This record gives sequence, C-alpha cells and structure tokens, in this order.
Amino acid sequence: MPLKLNYISESTVPVEADCITPDCLADLSVAEIEKLELLHGNAQAPLAEFFEVSGEPGEEIIIEGDCSRVKLIGAEMSRGRIVVHGDVGMHLGAEMSGGEIEVHGSATDWVGAHMKGGKIHVHGEAGHLVGGAYRGSRSGMQGGVILIEGSAKNEIGCLMRRGLIAIGGDAGDFPGVSMLAGSIFIFGMPGIRSGAGMKRGTIAVFGEEPGNSRRTLEILPTFRYDCTYRPPFLALYLNRLRSLSFPVPETEDGLFRRYSGDLIETGKGEILVLEN
Amino acid sequence: MHINNVEIEDTFAEAFPMPGVRCIITAETPAWAATAAQVTTGYATSVISCDAEAGIERVLSPDETPDGRPGESILLFGFSREALQKAVTNRVGQCIMTCPTTACYNGLPITEKNIMVGGQLRFFGDGFQFSKRVDSGERFWRVPVMDGEFTCEDLFGTRKGVAGGNFLILGENQSTALSAAELAVEAISELPDVILPFPGGIVRSGSKIGSKYKKLPASTNDAYCPTLRGLVDTSLPESVNAVYEIVIDGLSLRAVEEAIRAGIHAACIDGVVRITAGNFGGKLGPHHIHLHQVLSVEVS
Repeated sequence: MPLKLNYISESTVPVEADCITPDCLADLSVAEIEKLELLHGNAQAPLAEFFEVSGEPGEEIIIEGDCSRVKLIGAEMSRGRIVVHGDVGMHLGAEMSGGEIEVHGSATDWVGAHMKGGKIHVHGEAGHLVGGAYRGSRSGMQGGVILIEGSAKNEIGCLMRRGLIAIGGDAGDFPGVSMLAGSIFIFGMPGIRSGAGMKRGTIAVFGEEPGNSRRTLEILPTFRYDCTYRPPFLALYLNRLRSLSFPVPETEDGLFRRYSGDLIETGKGEILVLEN
Repeated sequence: MHINNVEIEDTFAEAFPMPGVRCIITAETPAWAATAAQVTTGYATSVISCDAEAGIERVLSPDETPDGRPGESILLFGFSREALQKAVTNRVGQCIMTCPTTACYNGLPITEKNIMVGGQLRFFGDGFQFSKRVDSGERFWRVPVMDGEFTCEDLFGTRKGVAGGNFLILGENQSTALSAAELAVEAISELPDVILPFPGGIVRSGSKIGSKYKKLPASTNDAYCPTLRGLVDTSLPESVNAVYEIVIDGLSLRAVEEAIRAGIHAACIDGVVRITAGNFGGKLGPHHIHLHQVLSVEVS
C-alpha cells in the first residue's frame, strides 16, 4: 500500500507543505515523516499535527481530505506520483521538473508555477496564474503539461516559455499574458485580452458560440486577422491530450480563424479560434 | 531445389548495409498523399546514379497517422547518413512541401543517429516559421505556405538497413517472366519494412560491376541478356528468353529475407524456368542471402 496522508486539521491558517513529494518522503520511515516540520502560519509544526500517516513510503503518495489550505504540495518534485482526493491549496507542483500529480478535486492559484517538466492533472477547477510566473520573474512555465478539466481564472500561462496548458472549461482574463512561447488550449471561452503582450506561442480557443456575443472572443486591436484554415498540427496536440485521458471534443475537421500578435511585441504569437 | 517445378539455383544474393529512414506523408485526401509519395520516391532506383533508393512502403489509414489524415509511408536509403540527410531534405523540400495540403513526419524511433530534415527546411519560412513540441515529444516545424502551413518534424530517426537484396526470374518468354515478376511484387508489397525501389518494383536492366568504358561503374549484365546468348559466357538455360530482377531494400536483413522468400514463392509459376540471384562472388557485400537457406524456413 502506498504512503497515505489523511488531512485531519481543522485550522483555517494556511500550511506550507513543500516536503510532500516522493523525492523527500520515499526514503523516510512513517515515524520520520510524522516529525517533518511544516510551516503553519508563521510557526513550525510537525506533519503529524495535520496529517494521519499510513502505508509504505515510496514513489507514490495518496492524500485525502480537504487540503485547500495546504500550499506547495508537490513543489519541486522530480519523480513519482501524487494523487489527491480532495481540494488542494496554492502553488501545487510549483517548480516541479518531473513526475505526476493528479487532483480529484479543485486547486487554487499558481498551479504549476515555473514548472519545468512532468504532468499536473486537476479534475476540477483551478485559480489564477496556472503555469504562471512569480511577480518579477522573466519566465513562467518552462516545460511539462498542466491539465485543468474545469475552468481556470486569470493570467493562465503568464510569461510561459514552453509546455502545454489545457483548460477544459472557461478561462479568466489575460490568458497567455506576455507569454514567450508554448501552447495554451482553452476548450471553453477565455475572458478579455487574450494573449496581451505575447511574443510567440499558441493560444487555441474552442468554445465560441455563434450568435452569442458573450461567448465570442474579443481580439485585442494589436492582433491581426490572418486567415481561416485547418492547421494539421493541432491534431498532434489533441491526440496527445486524449492519450492523457483529457476530455477533448472531435474538432480535427474544424476550421480555425488565425490571428497574429501581439504587435506591440514581436507579433509572432498566434490565437486560433475554432469556428463553430 | 524446386518450387512448382521451377529450379531454384543454389546461390546467394549479395546485399549491403545502408542507412534508411521512414517518412510518414499525410494530406487532406488519399490522392494527394499518394501524389506526394510517388513524386518523393521518383528517380530513386539505385545509388549508382541516384542520391537515394526510395519506395512506397504502404498506404496508411487516418487512424495510423500522427495527424489523423490519410497518409503513405515511404522508405529512403542512402550511401551514408550524411548523404541520406541531404537526399531526404531535398526530396521532402521539393516534393512534399510543394505538394498541396501535405505534412511529413518521422516514422522511426529517435536515437543518437538521426538526420535533420524539418530543422533545415524551416528556413524556407524566412523567419515566420513556428517551432512546436508536443509534451516531451520531438520538435516539429510549421512553415507558412500559400495554402496554409507545411508541418515537418525536426529530426528523423535512421536505422542501419540492408539494400540490394535481389532475385532473378528466368522465364521462357517476356510475358511469362513479367507476370511472375508482377506476382512477386504484389506478394512483397504486403510486407512491412521493405521497398522495391525500381519502376513497378521490377528491373529489366540488371547490371554487372564495371564496363569496357572506364568511366562507367556498372554496365549491362550480359550473362543474363538473351540477345547476347551467342556472344558471351551466358548464364541462361536454352529455354529462357527473358529475365527480370526484383531488388529489395529493407530496414533489416530479416525483412529482406522475408521479402525474398515471399517473392520467390509467388514467382514460381508455369513458364518460369529458374530463379537465381545476383552477387559479386561474395567480395563486396557483407550480407549473403542464400536462396536455399531462406526458402527452407517456413514463412511466418
């Protein structure tokens, strides 16, 4: 039986649990894990105050309970697998370089911030700045895959340099803001100012509804319409998403409007909008 | 050894190692994929005078291609990896990129021994090309063209293949020998990992090494020319009046042997007198495919 952490705390003060990764826990005993120090507010406290620990430490960690106030789960992990049955807090998988995190619940802000590799799959919703960059940084996500089956909030892929973000539902404002490269797929509708300041990269939007002005993509004036066509490369991404068990509609035969921008930068980014 | 009363000569085909590459060509329709595949594998019969030996391996259904469109798989072989890279880049650039709606993908695993194709063709995009990488997969390039964009993988994997596997069909007359050769081609075209680089898979101008003319590296195989029976030291039995050769390139020795076996079995029809193979006395090629040995193995 893999290592199991059952969240038992009822504290409303956030907990920083950056040690919850297979890298940190795989070689420890249950007793040692229970003694690991977590940051609870501004004080340190043993892990056992928050989690009931059972099972055998190894490459897989199963977390149960409402961890929406537990931050930094899987941060900097490089291997193994974390499965969370419940919600999780901020900075899930931040700066991770490998391995896999699966959340059967929702996450909040900064999912996969500065991520370099690996995969994060959130079956519920996510907050702001998915795959984004911490303020003052030059680039955000640099590799890997983030899958959010529900909706996400503002600034997903902020300053993203490489990798793939897929949002099953709607997204907030400024998706792909200042992105440097990489790919963002939004199967619902984004908010305003998609791709503002983007240099390169792809934002693909699949959720426009004809005749519904609220669900028609607003294109910034610094983007230019190019053409309506069928890009063969999209099928490579959609096939990959399907292979990762991400629900993807059959849109291979669809036509996409292509816009180039942002012309306040290099203009070498693109927004692709599925014509429904 | 005899198959259907056709004599199988106790000899061997002499084959050579040659690096090979598999390209997956896709297009909006099967017809355009076929056009691109045919053009790309044109003028690629023998490295004696061509930059590569190439042929169509098989037709692919949409669910077998990376982008879910109809496609064709082709194999190309070259003298060396450097020569192969040059030939493949030229051919993909001139024959696939120019063909309406097409894309070109790598069809072999990426190892240390790769050739760069999309990475060179990207420059046609004049700075407007797009690089993409799906997850941890290989990089591909999107080059803007007049009907949209041409998608091509950056690197193509290569494999040390075997070229020059062959057998000769000696028939009583031209039509019988040709029918037998066509049956052999049909049987071999069902097999994976092999191509028949000559027109329709059949060679009528088999060659020997050298010539009385110093500049020619190869010249007609006079021992098998029926019109020269009275003039040279012929290899033709009395009743033979036409010979066709089947040349096979494959991604492995086993694939070439399987093709020779299937082809010979199909070619042994009434009117075929003998099946033999071409070699250079075993002095040039490291792969000696003995016909009796190959045919004594049960077809898997």
